[in-house]
Amino acid sequence: MAGLTIKNLKKSFGTNTVIQDISFDVSDGAFCILLGPSGCGKTTILRIIAGLEEHDEGEIFMGNKEVGNLSPKERDVAMVFQSYALYPHMNVYENMAFSLKVRNLSKDEIDSKVREAARLLDIEDFLDRKPKKLSGGQRQRVAIGRAIVRSPQLFLFDEPLSNLDARLRSTMRVELAKLHQQLGTTIVYVTHDQIEAMTLGDKIILLDKGIIQQVGTPQELYERPSNLFVATFIGSPQINLIEGSLLSNEGRMFFKSGGLTIDLGPRTVLEKYSGNTVILGIRPESLTPGNGPIVGSLEIIEHIGSENILYVATDIGRIIAKAPPDFQGRAGEGISLALRTTDIHLFYKGIRIAVGVLS
Amino acid sequence: MKPSKLLFYGIIFIIIFLSLLPFIWFVHTSLKTEGEVTAIPPKLVPSGSLNFYRSAITDYNLLHYVRNSVIVAGATTCVTLFISVFAAYALARLRLKYKGLIMGSLLLVSMFPQISIAGPVWKILQALGWLNSYQGLIIPYVTLTLPLGVWILTSFFNELPKELEDAARIDGCTRIQALYKIVIPLAAPGVFTAAILVFIYAWNEFFFALLIMTQQKFQTLPIGIALFQGQYTLPWGEIAAASTVATVPLVVVVFLFQKRIVSGLSAGAIKG
Repeated sequence: MAGLTIKNLKKSFGTNTVIQDISFDVSDGAFCILLGPSGCGKTTILRIIAGLEEHDEGEIFMGNKEVGNLSPKERDVAMVFQSYALYPHMNVYENMAFSLKVRNLSKDEIDSKVREAARLLDIEDFLDRKPKKLSGGQRQRVAIGRAIVRSPQLFLFDEPLSNLDARLRSTMRVELAKLHQQLGTTIVYVTHDQIEAMTLGDKIILLDKGIIQQVGTPQELYERPSNLFVATFIGSPQINLIEGSLLSNEGRMFFKSGGLTIDLGPRTVLEKYSGNTVILGIRPESLTPGNGPIVGSLEIIEHIGSENILYVATDIGRIIAKAPPDFQGRAGEGISLALRTTDIHLFYKGIRIAVGVLS
Repeated sequence: MKPSKLLFYGIIFIIIFLSLLPFIWFVHTSLKTEGEVTAIPPKLVPSGSLNFYRSAITDYNLLHYVRNSVIVAGATTCVTLFISVFAAYALARLRLKYKGLIMGSLLLVSMFPQISIAGPVWKILQALGWLNSYQGLIIPYVTLTLPLGVWILTSFFNELPKELEDAARIDGCTRIQALYKIVIPLAAPGVFTAAILVFIYAWNEFFFALLIMTQQKFQTLPIGIALFQGQYTLPWGEIAAASTVATVPLVVVVFLFQKRIVSGLSAGAIKG
């Protein structure tokens, strides 16, 4: 096992720069998520770590060893692909044994390793089946099995769950977390799914357009998004954004947008932004029906069992709020929303200015 | 059976019969006796004599031509496939500039009428001293069949998911190992298809063989059979027997490999 350090990584395809100067490190045994919308360069980073793609500039360390110029074979990493990429002409056993055979291990050693991995993943019953006779979930397990048989230094997962249906995906998510606990190997996991990222990761690296937007724990990204991109990318339903201006009055700060005025209390850190246009962000769960400053009419109510999601039309645009499951309102009715001012985020020119939970 | 169905199968039967008629005719003739070949009215059921086969082998040296054809067609197939596999893999996988141009040129070259290149080919072979030698026929055949091999294999390689090679390389293969352990076994239908087509071409080719192989020692089957005919003799029976000998191996090879030419071998590699 080893940690991973990436320094000043750059990569272009022709004139198209996909990764612009990225540095991060993953400590030994961590579960690190590369998260971002499609086309943000996350898969390219993973392929560069694996050695499948050459980088233009930068260094890659596994443990203390620079591996940037080594072939995939010499890097001792294992990778699980989005499409599983099982060898169709080999059965499950042969698929899992392939990497060990290439490394010239003895037959007994191969057998014991394959069977151990099969037991761990509960795929012992179909070791002699070809991939096409397996269901999506089973193929996924085989693909993971193929990766774990040779106990590599580093696991790379490229959107491994995106081809599974919703139910299977949540089961596999739990199993992956369990597997990581059992094996303790460092994992770099690429996904565009924020639920996977939030539930699996110790550390999330959020990317957009080949640039790191924020690095942190799932909680940090959720509660202290460093910019507008992070704030809107993380969280479902999406954070509400309201454009307005900051005003100071007798030592207190106010946010004003149309007919809406929110009292932010005495905030000296915000005084220098007084008079400027800012964007206020507030997550739906911080807005609940009650006596508050935001008024409008209920457009749609989504009942999802554990809670209700309210879409409220106001004169400052559509606002999304959450209500407890026993909420009785109906579409078309007027509603007023209370907000927790401690959960407010303010962004100035796209960058978060300290306020709310951080204050 | 409905009249429309009857018509459908009737037409199919007629087409198949007309295509097979020459084949049936010479197999039929090869099994007759000397007298039966020219008998009027013609005999519908031959007596099953193998005399023509015997005399084709002893008097006309049939097996010598078979041997030459096997050498030339076999070597052509091996060399063409070997080059095609690497060329097609590079064309299918590498980020090459002008890929379309290369593929287009290959197609263009394969469309030249043979007669237009016969002169230059002959001159080159003469300069090399390769007229009347196996390589003198194999090399032109390889150049003529390469476009076919490369086109077939490129399309097969293109259809194989690239992730399979990535997976193989992660599993510890070099690029070459990934090619022969993963890609070629999966492209086997394509490799066999190309092999059969190249072999058939080299086995049947007449024009270049006639031009290049003027000594009996190196002549291939099509030339050999054509030269059975003497100035005053036309040994129909022996020609029919030799034609059967030339055709049956091809039919057998195609039937044998037909099982391998099944698509969908890569099903299950990726989702779906």
